[in-house]
Parts: sequence; C-alpha cells; structure tokens
Amino acid sequence: MAWRSVARFALISMIVAVGAALSAQSPTFGVGCAPTADEVRAWDISIRPDGEELPAGHGTAREGAPIYIQKGCAGCHGRTGSGANAPTLIKSDGTTKSTVPCLAPCVNDNNVMALHAPYATVMWDYINRGMPLGKEGSLKPDEVYALTAYLLFKNGVIREDDVMDAQSLPKVVMPNRQGFALPAQAWKHGTPRLQSYP
Amino acid sequence: MTSKPRGRRGFLKKSAALAGLALGPSAAAAAQTPESHSGGADAHSNDPKELAKELIAYGERSHFVKSARVPVAERMSPDMFGLTFHVLTPLQDSVGIITPSSLHYVATHRGSFVPDIDPAEHRLLLHGMVDRPLIFTMDELKRLPSVSRIHFIECLGNRAQARHKTVQETHGLTSCAEWTGVALSLLLKEAGVQKSASWIVAEGAEEIKGSSSIPLGKAMDDCMVAYGMNGEAIRPQQGFPLRLIVPGFEGIHQIKYLRRIKVVDRYYMTYDDYGHIQPDARAAALTNQIGPKSVITFPSGGQRLMGPGFYQITGLAWSGAGAVRKVDISTDGGQTWHQAEHQSPVYRIAHTRFGLNWKWDGKECVIMSRCTYDLGTVQPTRAESAKYWNKPLDSSFRVPGNDNTVQPWRIAADGSVHNGLA
Repeated sequence: MAWRSVARFALISMIVAVGAALSAQSPTFGVGCAPTADEVRAWDISIRPDGEELPAGHGTAREGAPIYIQKGCAGCHGRTGSGANAPTLIKSDGTTKSTVPCLAPCVNDNNVMALHAPYATVMWDYINRGMPLGKEGSLKPDEVYALTAYLLFKNGVIREDDVMDAQSLPKVVMPNRQGFALPAQAWKHGTPRLQSYP
Repeated sequence: MTSKPRGRRGFLKKSAALAGLALGPSAAAAAQTPESHSGGADAHSNDPKELAKELIAYGERSHFVKSARVPVAERMSPDMFGLTFHVLTPLQDSVGIITPSSLHYVATHRGSFVPDIDPAEHRLLLHGMVDRPLIFTMDELKRLPSVSRIHFIECLGNRAQARHKTVQETHGLTSCAEWTGVALSLLLKEAGVQKSASWIVAEGAEEIKGSSSIPLGKAMDDCMVAYGMNGEAIRPQQGFPLRLIVPGFEGIHQIKYLRRIKVVDRYYMTYDDYGHIQPDARAAALTNQIGPKSVITFPSGGQRLMGPGFYQITGLAWSGAGAVRKVDISTDGGQTWHQAEHQSPVYRIAHTRFGLNWKWDGKECVIMSRCTYDLGTVQPTRAESAKYWNKPLDSSFRVPGNDNTVQPWRIAADGSVHNGLA
C-alpha cells in the first residue's frame, strides 16, 4: 500500500511539473522581483467597466452633497457644478457659462462626464485617481462613491437615495452607454488603419 | 513615488527676470547677467577657468539660434486654468529627421507642470493576467537587453485649422526621436502572459496617473519601455525616468513616467480612453494608429521667399503603420505631382525627410505634399476625406480620427507664404 501511494505521489508530481512547464514558460532572464499581494493591491487602481476592482464601500447623492463642498470640488467646479473655471460637472441650466475653453480629453459644457461617459466606473476611477486637485488619491472609497452618486443624481441619471457600491455602480444605465464604438478589427501588424479609406 | 512639480523656483526666477525687462534696459541687463554665459565675446569673463567651464558644461546651442516651442493657444489644461498642457515643436526650423529633445513636442494628461521623479525610487509593476507578476527597478531594467529605435510620436490633436499661420501651429504636435529601452514583449514573456489576455492597461506615476488601454497584439509587437532618448536619459518633459513607446499609435498611449502595466482581457475605458471615444467604428479605426501623413516645412506659413529663383522644397513624412515609400510634391495646387527625393535610410514609423529642387517663377502658387507608405495607402486631401464620409467640404468639415490630410501652402507674388486652408 505504502509503495503504491508513493508511486502515485510521484506520478502526480510529474504530471503537475510537466503541466506547469507547458502552461508557463520559465523566465529567461530572471531579473526583477515578485511583488507582494499587498504591493499589487496598493498600486492597482484600475477599474474595469463591470466594476471588478471596485473596493468595498458605498455612498448616496445625499451624502455626496456636503462632501462636494468639504473637499473643495465646488471651489473649482462651482457650487452648481457649471460656469466655473474647472470642467463642467453638472449640466448647465443655460444661465451660466464657463469662461475658460476646455477641449478633450476633458469635460466641458457639451461634454459633461455623467452624461458622456459610457460607464459610471469611468467617473469613479477618475475621481479616485485624479481628485481633488493637489491631493489626488486622498479620497476614501465611501467618499468616491458618494461624489459619483451626487454627480449622477444632479445630472438626472440616478435617484437621490440610490446607494452606489461595487455592485450597483457598474449597473447604472449611462445615457451614452451606446455612444461609442471600437474598431471593427483588432489591431494587426502591418495593416492599414481602415480598409478602403483613402 | 514623488510627482511634485519641478523647477517652480526656476520659473519664478525667470519671471522675475522678465518683469525686470519692464524696468528699463539697465535693470534688464542686470537681471540677465548671471545666466548669459553663452553671450558673445564681450559677455565672457576673462578668467580662463570660467571660460573652460563653458567648454565643459552641458552643451547649449548658440545664442544666435532662437527656435522655440510655443503652447497650443486653444488647448487649455482642464485643471491649471488658463495654462496649456500641449506644447508645439518648431517644425519650420527642423532639419533632418530627429527632433532635439529640448524641442520635442510636449503633452500631458492634465497638468501644466513636469513631475520630478527620483529614478532610485521609481518602479515598474507588471501584473494582471500573467503567471509571474514582476516589479522592476530602473537598474534592473537596464540590465536587460536594450534596443534603440527611431520613432515619431504624434498627438491626435495635431489638426491643421484655417486660423493657424505656421507649420508649428498646423503640425507641431509631432516629433521624432531615437528611443532606447527594453522591448515590452521581453518583459511580458518574462512575466508569462496568460492565454485569455487581450489588452494591457499602462499607467504613469504623475499626479493624474494617466492611463490607456492598448491591444495586447501591439504590446507584443513593437512596443518598448524606454529610458533613453536621443542618446541620454529621457528628459523629464518626455517622461523621465521611463516611458512606454507604442510606435505609430496616437501620443496619449505613449505613457510617460510609466509605473504600471496590467495585462487584462478587455478594453478598460480609462479616463484617457474615454476622452477619445468615437461613436463610429470607422472613426475609431482612424484614431489609434496614425495615418500616412506629410507636410512641407519650407517654404511654410509665415516664411518669405527672397524672390524668384532656386529653392529646395523640404518637409517631413511619416506613417503609423510602416515606412514611407514615396512623397509627391505639387507646386500648382495639386494638378501635377513630382516625386520628391527622400533622405536614406527610411525608418519604419519615423519621420522621413524629403526634398524637391524647385525654381520659383515669382508667380502666386499653392504647394503641397502627399505621402504614400509601404502598404500602398496614399495620404488623402480634405476633399477625398470629406467624400469618404459623405460630408460637404466646407470649413465645418472635421476629419474624423487622426487628421492626416494634405496641407497646402499658398505662396503670394511677394514671396510671403500663407496657410492654404485659410
């Protein structure tokens, strides 16, 4: 019995080893270190459209309104979210107008993020990595959820008490969800940008 | 990871010097004295030790040469209100194919400052759908086999408008440099890309951590992680200490201050991706990869011919998908075309210098160039592009994606050169 189990163990080990060699070619140079899981977690701030990497936390528009003032958003974007120096965040009622020109890649009066972004995750990601100005990356997940909810609510996309979290945020049906296209063909070496284009 | 603005103090000092100009000639001269080492003989110290310092110092160009970058007038930073975040290279003064690092066009994802990053602290993290996530120091990256390649980088916003006067304004968001670094495919193979992966997301270390989605096929093809530019460490304006080079793709993909690459299985729609979304799949196809394009840099808008006689017409041609095969020049508004000579060797996905010997008869004319690259596609005119999109050819027509249309220059009888789109 003992001999048989040893043989079985050896066989399994062999299969595992061969399988590993097939599935993962070994490194050629062996330069660089393996990061720890904590290092990867700390650095990885990407958020994909279905919200895979969204952290725990939650917030509503009602909670976001005071944060919008406290964190200084209103200072640059205006209390109403339009007509100030920074890009327009809340669709203007027509009485206010930005005095500073602002072109892509950014948001302006005709390009409010809550109305133009195909996914709500784009807003969450941008607020999380890029705001507030000068203190980028300092907001806590609850604050980012609340601010995203506030901007979505003020632009008429969600209701004031809708709770935004890792599950609900990616499900928000954005007004411009169908408003973008990727190239029909995946990029390939040595191919023109678009067949038949002059 | 520090990404503080650098040189703020230097900027203030220079502002003070400029303000000094308003005080009168003596004050201005006093303000300039400490920095004008490169003046004429009379500006030099007679101390031999001081003179030798100038011989040894990091080289400056002659003070007689004034060629300079200018900010894009209409492209304001979304956060540094009223300040630019795109700066144009002076193509009208360019010779050969290499843009000096000091004159390379500059664009940022948002900020109007240059991050100050300590290379000893900088790391590149490679993770996501890989068998072995890896983190590299700069020293480790430099141990790996290096490659050097000459590539242009062009911003998608490089779009000639009727109001532009010079080639710097119409085309100054393209530049060409020799980049040195490690093939991205080497790093990806080292980490072991998993079978179901199809995209990468690259990210910078600056305040906004600018980030773009790039097809994995491109990442494995010819992308590189560059630490060198034109024979020295990459300049801070260009992404020191590390920049992703995605040859032939629009500038926003060439992530500066590169700190992280995540291998993924879908398009991530990052903020920068979002800023460039197109409603039409065909327009999207014209957005990533730069089309065959060329422009005459002499004679070009704002320059003046001295009178009838011989001139070499010269300019630059490039393509985001291959090498320039030929460039044609017309001096009669596009009725007849003559094949130009081009400088050899011609590099793939690089600026190519072309020239045509020409005798100007002193009459008003319109000159233009068009480029054909090795896949056979020819640079279109605005009329050809409008026809493809079934749009009227008027000033409202905006070429979708990267605008690679033919640029006309009108030479008036007095020798002055003007934007042919005006």
